[in-house]
Amino acid sequence: MAQVEAGGPMLDAAGVPLKVSLARAERRNRMRALGLVLPLLAFILITFVYPIALMVFRGVDNPTVSEFLPETAEMLRAWDGEGLPEDAVFASMAREFAKASKERTLGKVATRLNYELSGSRSLVTKSGRNLRRLKTEPTKADLVALDKRWNQPETWSVLKRLAEPYTLSYYLAAIDKTYNVDGAIVDQPESRQIYVALFLRTLWVSLLITALCVLLAYPIAYLMAILPTKTSNLLMILVLLPFWTSLLVRTSSWIVLLQTEGVLNDILVWTGIIGDDGRIQMIYNMTGTVVAMVHILLPFMVLPLFSVMKTISPTYMRAAKSLGATPARAFWTVYFPQTVPGIGAGSILVFILAIGYYITPALVGGRTGQLISNFIAYHMQQSLNWGLAAALGGILLAGVLALYWIYNRLVGIDNMKLG
Amino acid sequence: MNRMMKYTGAAVVALSAAAYAAGPAAAADALTVVSWGGAYTKSQVEAYHKPYTAKTGTKINSEDYNGGLAQVRAQVEAGNVTWNLVDVELSDAVRGCDEGILEPIDHSILPAAPDGTAAADDFLPNTLTECSVGTIVWSTVFAFDASKYPDAKPTEIADLFDTEKFPGKRGLRKNPKVNLEWALMADGVPLEQVYEVLGTPEGVDRAFAKLDTIKDDVIWWEAGAQPPQMLADGEVSIASAYNGRLFNAIFTEKKPFEIIWDGQVWDLDLWVIPKGAKNMEATLDFVKFSTDTQRLADQSKWISYGPVRQSSFPLVADDVKPHMPTAPENFKAALQNDFEFWADNADELNERFAAWLAK
Amino acid sequence: MASALPPYVGPMGKLWHYSFRFVCGLIFLFLILPILVIIPLSFNAEPYFTFSPGMLAFEPEAYSTRWYHDIINNEQWLFSIKNSFIIAFFATFLATGLGTLAALGLSRSNLPGRGAIMGILISPMIVPLIISAAGMYFFYSGVCIPPEWSFGMLEERACLTQSFPGIILAHAALGTPFVVITVTATLVGFDHSLTKASASLGASPTTTFFKIIVPLILPGVISGALFAFITSFDEVVVVLFISGFEQRTVPRQMWAGIREQISPTILAVATMLIIFSVMLMTVLELLRRRNDRLRGVQDS
Repeated sequence: MAQVEAGGPMLDAAGVPLKVSLARAERRNRMRALGLVLPLLAFILITFVYPIALMVFRGVDNPTVSEFLPETAEMLRAWDGEGLPEDAVFASMAREFAKASKERTLGKVATRLNYELSGSRSLVTKSGRNLRRLKTEPTKADLVALDKRWNQPETWSVLKRLAEPYTLSYYLAAIDKTYNVDGAIVDQPESRQIYVALFLRTLWVSLLITALCVLLAYPIAYLMAILPTKTSNLLMILVLLPFWTSLLVRTSSWIVLLQTEGVLNDILVWTGIIGDDGRIQMIYNMTGTVVAMVHILLPFMVLPLFSVMKTISPTYMRAAKSLGATPARAFWTVYFPQTVPGIGAGSILVFILAIGYYITPALVGGRTGQLISNFIAYHMQQSLNWGLAAALGGILLAGVLALYWIYNRLVGIDNMKLG
Repeated sequence: MNRMMKYTGAAVVALSAAAYAAGPAAAADALTVVSWGGAYTKSQVEAYHKPYTAKTGTKINSEDYNGGLAQVRAQVEAGNVTWNLVDVELSDAVRGCDEGILEPIDHSILPAAPDGTAAADDFLPNTLTECSVGTIVWSTVFAFDASKYPDAKPTEIADLFDTEKFPGKRGLRKNPKVNLEWALMADGVPLEQVYEVLGTPEGVDRAFAKLDTIKDDVIWWEAGAQPPQMLADGEVSIASAYNGRLFNAIFTEKKPFEIIWDGQVWDLDLWVIPKGAKNMEATLDFVKFSTDTQRLADQSKWISYGPVRQSSFPLVADDVKPHMPTAPENFKAALQNDFEFWADNADELNERFAAWLAK
Repeated sequence: MASALPPYVGPMGKLWHYSFRFVCGLIFLFLILPILVIIPLSFNAEPYFTFSPGMLAFEPEAYSTRWYHDIINNEQWLFSIKNSFIIAFFATFLATGLGTLAALGLSRSNLPGRGAIMGILISPMIVPLIISAAGMYFFYSGVCIPPEWSFGMLEERACLTQSFPGIILAHAALGTPFVVITVTATLVGFDHSLTKASASLGASPTTTFFKIIVPLILPGVISGALFAFITSFDEVVVVLFISGFEQRTVPRQMWAGIREQISPTILAVATMLIIFSVMLMTVLELLRRRNDRLRGVQDS
């Protein structure tokens, strides 16, 4: 196709220099590839990435006071924050409280203030109710007469922070910190410190689950790798069936097996290992969470391990043994190092999946087997402290994405194995 | 390949049609009525929903929840209200009204008693609030499995906290409500001072300290149907429960449970309508129907909760009467749930309770 | 190689060999027993979750199909089964279409920013479901159609939360990574000279696509679709957050059942789901074999 002319550049059939023509074709191909990917990319960005970004943003968003007490918020932002604000701010707040109470929007302000200043929900709703009933325009005196807290700098310093459009307080709460009266960051009171411990518990449990998965997956992956394909295919079914079975089915199985009147306890009683009144509590606690999650995540460890082991030629081991190594030494110095990439790949995957788990701990975790995801769900659905849920989620997400990045660097997403 | 595409195309068309048909058919003019599930919802279905559907043809979807305002608030704030009517506790009815997430209800629409007494006089005091219409009086009590305690049996609230005298797991509701009151009672606070003490930070600390003593022995339940089941399965030996659920387990399912009425905490259930709910007219019509004298009395055939209309009392069957929370012999040491206390303090105490559980 | 013990292995080696097998056997039991145990229990005539003496003695009257009758006679279960299939079907359709196209693009080495794009496309599989669900809840409840824009189909404002389209979109997003991974994997060994050969023989790009590319990637597409299907069919967290009463699915129904009181009906549903998974798995295995044969992979 390309014509070669002495002295000049190479030209294609249309007389365009070949270099240019190739670059064009290359660009066209690139555009075509991009065109194929674009629909899905747009779909994921809109239905998945954007919603999550939006949620993480909620962790710093602070619209309530500005929205429902607009004038007061503006005055508070202008105030220097020393001692008590001017009387005009009091009056404006009293007025807007009465108005918001009438329009039934004050409840939201009360909820928001209560997150920062525990006990202030009733202060706000009560004040609103009383101010609403006044015949005259509410004034500073009316507000202060209702509760002595309105005359305390502490209340106003919190209100000033709430008047700002953005806040760090949810993220601080997510690591058991808070602002004090002077606006300095301090520890939460002891009875409210739970999240740091919960994050640590989640990390620790995920590590434990990952370690147990390695421990259980390694022997069976090894066995399948050394058996003939026909046999190992059969065994593979035993790994894949749980993988394909509904999560809720597997969780109910564990409830049936482990509950105090369940199959396992019955067997133990029947064999006389324990008495009928000595039944063991194996579920609705951390044990239940760990056992069920190891079962659920084990296939994610077996599959990458198996695919790595399959590529290791048995001749290495034979060579090591023929050179005089004991089987244990041959295994440890020759075989095991070659399986480390498989262990790494499986471990990161299992760990990532474990730290974000919600369903299983919620169903079999009882009081002590709850993980951070369960608290995100609690704040999403029960306490409705969406800002705190977003902050907890943001921290969890950052951790997961960091691990994902490491996984991608070490293993490559392309090499992810699915059955 | 072509054949395959044709099949796929046909399947898509067929399933799109199915999806479309599945949607509106149920949604058209049905009401979604939300309640606490299990035996209680069944009593409402039998006493209210079925007769109402038979009379008007309006279908009623009954959905279960475990109390609280969270879901109502979430729907209202998201601007997407799919519930028509919700059965809530008094403190939530008052608080939801304050927060503006419930529709005010005009009580003059409620039917008068058969003898002509106006609804406002027929309903017990406090059972009609700005945004709600009461239906029943119910109570949280505790019960034990008699076969687990052949000798000495638990008799009072302190026994619930005494794991030495009465060993075995406890089942308690995963909520500070009632548990904190009981903790104080068991710690020696007289009935009439419970809320006074609980209103102080020291009182709250004291209640949590008492709960600490049994923390490791408790299995927490959320749905009302759970505690009788947990007792039946032997998962727990003593459990708190709603009295109507226990009545069903004992008399309908013949379970060997015994109820302790000492320290019962009684409360009301009321209908509320989330702000911005659709189909208001039909909803109000259902509220009128379900809270008339006959319907409230009918409900006691299915569950031992007391009607809130005085005119319904004479219609309640005699064999159910002694099992009502308000029966004189059950009512000797009874505490009314202080709805104002809980309306004001639920958020904080819920948060403290969640933190306490997680530790 | 190690399946039959060579004659020179000493007593220690034998001991090691058999105890290793024994340990492996226990681990396989751990994997499979919880799933198998549920099947006979779902036929228990009594509402208990353990083997009654009658069951152990194989007395016919200790077994019954009453819990299966419960499902068939229960409107809510039937309703949720129907919903699950509808949602999973549409989600799979969407995920497979978009995922396959994207995989075709991704398999071309000249795609700019491939690593970053792949990272984003796979993220729905990695991000904890609770975070995805929370994000979707906020976003989807804000995407609404006012009645005047709906060509008379809606009487009131409708949002993506508590609607079939909302859950379908969410599940499609969660299912696409599986399609992308499986189809990309089938394309790894794809010989691009085949398309060039086809083009040089005068075939149009469309013909090339259907005659050359589709048959080669089809097994990957189908197994990706199966993964997407099971992802949607199994999914409960997102459903818990964004579905309403009308979109109740089987997992949602099971979740409620397990939370409140695990009844034998749950075990019967579980058994049906296990059989369903076995069917899907069989299809997948057959596809894998066909794929291996087409690519000339030898049994090693």
